[in-house]
Amino acid sequence: MAIDVIGLTAERAAALLRGRACTAEELAQAYLDRIAAVDGEIHSYLHVDPERTLAAAREQDAAGVDGLAGVPIAYKDLLSTRGVPTTAGSRILKGFVPIEDADVVRWGNEAGLVSLGKTNLDEFAMGSSTEHSAYGPTRNPWDPTRVPGGSSGGSAAVVAAGCAPWALGTDTGGSIRQPAAFCGLVGLMPTYGSVSRFGVVAFACSLEQVGPMTLTVRDAALLQQVIARDTDRDATCTGPRAPIEVPEPGRLDGITFGVPRVELEAGVEEGVRARFDESLAIAESLGARLVDVDLPYARHGLAAYYVIAPAEASANLSRFDGVRYGLRVDAPDVRAMYEATRDAGFGAEVKRRIMIGTYALSAGYHDAYYVQAQRVRTLIRRDFDAAFGDVDAILLPTAPSVAFPIGARLDDPLAMYANDIFTLPVNLAGIPALSVPNGLSEGLPTGLQIIGPAHSENLLLRLGAAFEAEHAFDPVPPGLRSAA
Amino acid sequence: MSDVELTPDEVRHVAALARLGLDDAEVERLGRELTSILGHVNTIAQLPIADVPPTTHANPHGDALRPDAARPGAPRAEALANAPDPAPEGFRVPPIGA
Repeated sequence: MAIDVIGLTAERAAALLRGRACTAEELAQAYLDRIAAVDGEIHSYLHVDPERTLAAAREQDAAGVDGLAGVPIAYKDLLSTRGVPTTAGSRILKGFVPIEDADVVRWGNEAGLVSLGKTNLDEFAMGSSTEHSAYGPTRNPWDPTRVPGGSSGGSAAVVAAGCAPWALGTDTGGSIRQPAAFCGLVGLMPTYGSVSRFGVVAFACSLEQVGPMTLTVRDAALLQQVIARDTDRDATCTGPRAPIEVPEPGRLDGITFGVPRVELEAGVEEGVRARFDESLAIAESLGARLVDVDLPYARHGLAAYYVIAPAEASANLSRFDGVRYGLRVDAPDVRAMYEATRDAGFGAEVKRRIMIGTYALSAGYHDAYYVQAQRVRTLIRRDFDAAFGDVDAILLPTAPSVAFPIGARLDDPLAMYANDIFTLPVNLAGIPALSVPNGLSEGLPTGLQIIGPAHSENLLLRLGAAFEAEHAFDPVPPGLRSAA
Repeated sequence: MSDVELTPDEVRHVAALARLGLDDAEVERLGRELTSILGHVNTIAQLPIADVPPTTHANPHGDALRPDAARPGAPRAEALANAPDPAPEGFRVPPIGA
């Protein structure tokens, strides 16, 4: 049969496979055809290996197993894949072929998911636009002159463009939620410590998590079921973890949402604000109560984040030294080799962050910058803890703007960083948040961010499903709707 | 700490700590950019919060520890497979201090 993969959810794809409407090989081929047709323009994949993908699909057909087996997926190229190049979007890892799968990839394989390839990202996940990839920017399927967001911009674009039914991303300061919002998708950042990061190229270990990027809230729940598992290969992956339930939309009677009104006054685009206010009205119409909450230290999140994340990055990226893997630039002595290799291998944004982090950790500045930022982090966590004493979840726009034009913020790092102002306090607090489509502003998607206390994923998914049903948002960009 | 302005020598010092070989144009550009970014970061420097304990990570459950038992590591050939200059039993590097 001819399979129309545009707008095809993973849940529906699994139903097609289970109903024998198509084989896993036919489904994989349909996505590969779609990638061949449109990814030249979108540039969302860094690595596609059709033979490997089709062989994996045939294996699933032969096994004839149930569940999600045979459903394709795309992986952010920050996730190690055994035998498949993994670049982290950096020149310094060009040609690197991991010898192990990331835990989340291994579990995807165990569930029978068929990898379509590796998706583009800001180098080492440092960015909010995917423009900082050493392999060129990804374009937003809603408007190819605009960014898809970042750092998981490739994972967002593949799903929005119908080049994968769903994808995994990572989120250190908003890198799942903001690209999901910019591309009209659902993105879940799970509670810190609930998903293994074994095999994830490290950027900022105290902040980052792996999570799903999908067309629907139900798909996000299904993929979270695959990746939220115990491991003995990530010491931070611990604590209680409720089984993930696939939600049904419903009313919100008895739910109290907190709305941080003060935060909203700072620089939110008019259209984004209007869509957000409409969602507040939807919440009330479904029976929820809205109350103001105050997060006085969250407004210092940007400053704290841009000490803590670069400090951790400067330490993590010291492993790229031209010795064990990746690029080496030859020089007469080892120190000169390190310096030449890292100068040639890292891009401008990565160097910026390494420099900020090294400065903040250096003698004489450590207490004033790093420890002070960690104190602010404590206060941000306390703000959220206090709020969750009164409310079930907090609502904010995912990003203060819609997708911006390619190039618009490249020369102004602070303007780029400010796009994460509503997402990064959540990483600092280590709590989960879900971004769901929230309607269009000037023809471009906006996102509603639902933030909950630690391990509230099931609540967030249920709330997200309620908003999703009311919005009845079509996640297929208009330009792609006729392409079928 | 309210006004930070990084001089080219300070930028070179930090770059040396980070083992980044920067050219003069990068030193000039990073001096400007870091001055601007640190200027923003300094908005938290004056907060009177010296008595607040720092948070290093957000997981209240502590680390998960597995049994301290020997397990096989990567085979040597695999561990060396990605090396830019592998030796038969290790990684070859240029001399330390030429």
